[in-house]
Amino acid sequence: MLQLSELKKRYNTGDYALKGVTLDIPKGQVLALIGPSGAGKSTLIRCVNRLVEPTSGSVKLKEIELTRLSSSALRRARRKMGMIFQEYALVERLTVMENVLSGRLGYVGFWRSYLRNFSSSDIQEAYRLLDRVGLKHMADKRADELSGGQRQRVGICRALIQDPDVLLVDEPTASLDPKTSRQIMRLIQELCFERGLTAIINIHDVFLAQMFSQRVVGLELGNVVYDGPPDGLTPEVLTRIYGEEDWSATIKAAEGADDEAEDEEF
Amino acid sequence: MPTYQTSAGESWKHRTSREQWIRWFFWLIGISIIAYAWQMISEKTVWFFVVDAPSQAADIASRMVPPKWSYLNKLWKPVWDTLNIATLGTVIAMVIAAPVAFAAARNTTPNIFVRTLALFIIVSSRSVNSLIWALILVFILGPGVLAGTIAIGLRSVGFCAKLIYESIEEIDRTQVEAIEATGASGPQKMIFGILPQVLPTIAGVAIYRWDINIRESTILGLVGAGGIGLQLNGSLNTLAWTQVSMILLVILFTVFISEWVSAKVRGAII
Repeated sequence: MLQLSELKKRYNTGDYALKGVTLDIPKGQVLALIGPSGAGKSTLIRCVNRLVEPTSGSVKLKEIELTRLSSSALRRARRKMGMIFQEYALVERLTVMENVLSGRLGYVGFWRSYLRNFSSSDIQEAYRLLDRVGLKHMADKRADELSGGQRQRVGICRALIQDPDVLLVDEPTASLDPKTSRQIMRLIQELCFERGLTAIINIHDVFLAQMFSQRVVGLELGNVVYDGPPDGLTPEVLTRIYGEEDWSATIKAAEGADDEAEDEEF
Repeated sequence: MPTYQTSAGESWKHRTSREQWIRWFFWLIGISIIAYAWQMISEKTVWFFVVDAPSQAADIASRMVPPKWSYLNKLWKPVWDTLNIATLGTVIAMVIAAPVAFAAARNTTPNIFVRTLALFIIVSSRSVNSLIWALILVFILGPGVLAGTIAIGLRSVGFCAKLIYESIEEIDRTQVEAIEATGASGPQKMIFGILPQVLPTIAGVAIYRWDINIRESTILGLVGAGGIGLQLNGSLNTLAWTQVSMILLVILFTVFISEWVSAKVRGAII
């Protein structure tokens, strides 16, 4: 459903952040993108919704070629791509409700959004989503009063109220503690499953990537160096992605946690 | 290289000896200039008057007490004018300053030409004192409150726009990026992503400038631009010292009240 082919990005400094990435992601697949800092993970997902303009190559979402869209067509296409950010990226001084409803901005006109005059079906949906993530009682709180985990849940609601086909998730757990990280990853995984969403999740934590995804792609210096199932991450593969290190502890932890994750879910 | 070798091994100094000599040299030049200027001023001062100063000051002070309380009745109207000049001037300034600030900020300006124009407006407004604006405007519009109000407004545009555009340039970009990612249009990005982040600054700047403008507008009357300065000028010229002290008391009181109001409002915003 989401197809990247020969996607390249060259920054003004002359460095290639992506050196020709080709990926075909079927509907409903949750893909974890791992790799060291600077490997191009953030650039890759930003090239999909063109927050960063790719230099060459193509990105197709449901047969629509995103890289060639005009700016108004791009705005329409972005409505179908929800994005979740590392530092939550909520508008701090707006309320939780306003933040969730801002996910509908692509669907409403300027004056209606200026007056916060959203349709009642949008508002009902916002309440449903907040209830789903357990934050219905926080709707009128200002975003900066929430804890990290709560903010990320609001960020998830904002992405989902767009009614997206794809979720682009950029380091969702980088600012969270280990327990909250797992809860957030589990929530994203469940929601993708419930709604049949395709997702690309950038993640630093190899162990979370293995726990919560169906497919892992390893990126190193802008090249795909691994593309396969989570349990294919052997010490050799991790060395190829990240460089020489003693990986035995990482892999052992993931194997133990796999069983644990399944116990908790079902 | 602050690291150097001694017989005991490596050692470290904050500055090399060359840097140290250069600093000595500049201190020497600076102190010489101050000494020379001191001597010049002292030569050009008529010491006869200076020696006399304490008794002159004491004389004026004694003529100032008691303040002429009955004069207060004639001051209510000028004080009201002064407050109006400050408040309306601030409103005019903010209405002009907000768009100028968005045009001047690197991250919201439409293009380099508009940005240059906006920066030019800011610099020219800031480079002219409100008393000089008032002098010019009294020539153009005739004496009165209108000239004073516009003078205060023009003077404040640069100040307000500068502070607001600096805060626009410091906003958190990821919040705007998140709004952009939802498919929002340019104007929607502005009202959802940027405005909430700079609104506290806009309100704070308006209050701060209003506070300054109350003090500035008390002297505009000196050049005929309305307000309590007109009475002050008249009383000084006729050597009516008890009226002068009354006016100074009223100004002190007004400024005190404005300080209190702005502190309260600022506390409520943040």
